[in-house]
Amino acid sequence: MAQHGGTAAVLEAAELLKQGAEARLYRTRFLGRPAIVKQRFPKRYRHPLLDEKLSQRRTAQEVRSILRCRRAGISAPVVYFVDHTSHCIFLEELVGSSTVRDYIGSHRDLELDRLAERVGQILARMHDEDVIHGDLTTSNMLLRRGTEDGKVDLVLIDFGLSYISALPEDKGVDLYVLEKAFLSTHPNTEALFQKLLDSYARSSNKSAAVLKKLDEVRLRGRKRSMVG
Amino acid sequence: MTVVIGFEGSANKIGIGIIRDGEVLSNPRRTYITPPGQGFMPSDTAKHHRAVILTVLQEALDEAGLKPADIDCVAYTKGPGMGAPLVTVALVARTVAQLWGKPLLGVNHCIGHIEMGRLITKANNPTVLYVSGGNTQVGFRRASAVRMGSQYVELPYTVKGMDVSFSGILSYIEDAAHKMLSSGQCTAEDLCFSLQETVFSMLVEITERAMAHCGSQEVLIVGGVGCNLRLQEMMGVMCEERGAKLFATDERFCIDNGAMIAQAGWEMFRSGHVTELEDSWITQRYRTDEVEVTWRD
Repeated sequence: MAQHGGTAAVLEAAELLKQGAEARLYRTRFLGRPAIVKQRFPKRYRHPLLDEKLSQRRTAQEVRSILRCRRAGISAPVVYFVDHTSHCIFLEELVGSSTVRDYIGSHRDLELDRLAERVGQILARMHDEDVIHGDLTTSNMLLRRGTEDGKVDLVLIDFGLSYISALPEDKGVDLYVLEKAFLSTHPNTEALFQKLLDSYARSSNKSAAVLKKLDEVRLRGRKRSMVG
Repeated sequence: MTVVIGFEGSANKIGIGIIRDGEVLSNPRRTYITPPGQGFMPSDTAKHHRAVILTVLQEALDEAGLKPADIDCVAYTKGPGMGAPLVTVALVARTVAQLWGKPLLGVNHCIGHIEMGRLITKANNPTVLYVSGGNTQVGFRRASAVRMGSQYVELPYTVKGMDVSFSGILSYIEDAAHKMLSSGQCTAEDLCFSLQETVFSMLVEITERAMAHCGSQEVLIVGGVGCNLRLQEMMGVMCEERGAKLFATDERFCIDNGAMIAQAGWEMFRSGHVTELEDSWITQRYRTDEVEVTWRD
């Protein structure tokens, strides 16, 4: 299966979907199933040694975090195969899914409230598993098609900056990263984000410490007056 | 026609510039340079600025061929920066504003960099990376001519989403430098090289991530460190790989200058901002995101 040059051959025949900040995404088939290949290609601007270390580390961390989430019942794409030499991850393709980012742009209050509820729940569960996503944005949350019963099926993706930690500080920072991405991309959604945090608080026993840390982290940052 | 004069002196550069409708009429500047290995202290910097500011002001007016009556607004750096130098410059700005009978405008230094970057490069809606030398002091080696090594040593690399953290890398170097240097594993120059490569990579990475998230195809680097050719080179490579365009300004505008304050002031003044005398204080802590930008949508 893992023939020499196998991945390279697959990529050559695959359809390039997009080039994100981290990696290139290709669409192909793997063992008869629709698959996405996430390739951490060499970044020419980085020193080669640094580049190799980063790609290696992030590929391994990503896969580890996805597996940990899936074992805990949190939706993340199935990992089919990993090629550590070329830093490629073969993942389940979520056919017909769309990003939460697009959803927010095209839906109204009631549906958005339901969405915020679900996002808060899933993040609470993830943090209870001590998985820190590291790059939470509304582009890194997908909505899976097939929600006739009205229940929103949220899938988390892009675990490249993720790591394992039990510290409320790290979980607080994780939420802070999301808050900043959220508010800068979707203007005037402070109330919606608060609903997300409220749902998070309800869904996890450990949330109090995390939310307290979030408040602290918000006050940090350069040149910020530390007066409460 | 709107003519704005801008006063900048938040760090060791004192500059006064005059802008008329997007044209830089004059932009003289003086830099307070300390002996190698020493940083600049607030009170000495303020002394330096006090000694030269009126000369620079006269130069600014002469080069532009203007008289005080021709000025429409006096802009000055409200912050962020070092307290004593900021006060020195604000004082002069307040005085001339009253002498000449012109409205005052307190400008955020970082917004100055950004607005100047936009003006010079004509970038439309770029992702902006503002990197300032005064803010990222490398305690380990601060000589103005730093020789670069070539051996890459692994250093902590910390990117959290679209933020970076420098605290880990600094403590690591403070700790490990001794051991690595005395064991001959690498030279001081190698550490400088590695530090630069690591830190710059982090900056390029978060810029790329911001671009991907916002769908932006333009990057603008502003701030003193933006003059660094290696950073520009790295950012250029990243842009090329994603078909984006890199805009960078040269040292006239990368480094703190008066015209950038005038330009930001020009935008603000034309959209109706004015700073009353009682509000014309300075502050060392003034976040870019505290400024309400009413002159762009």
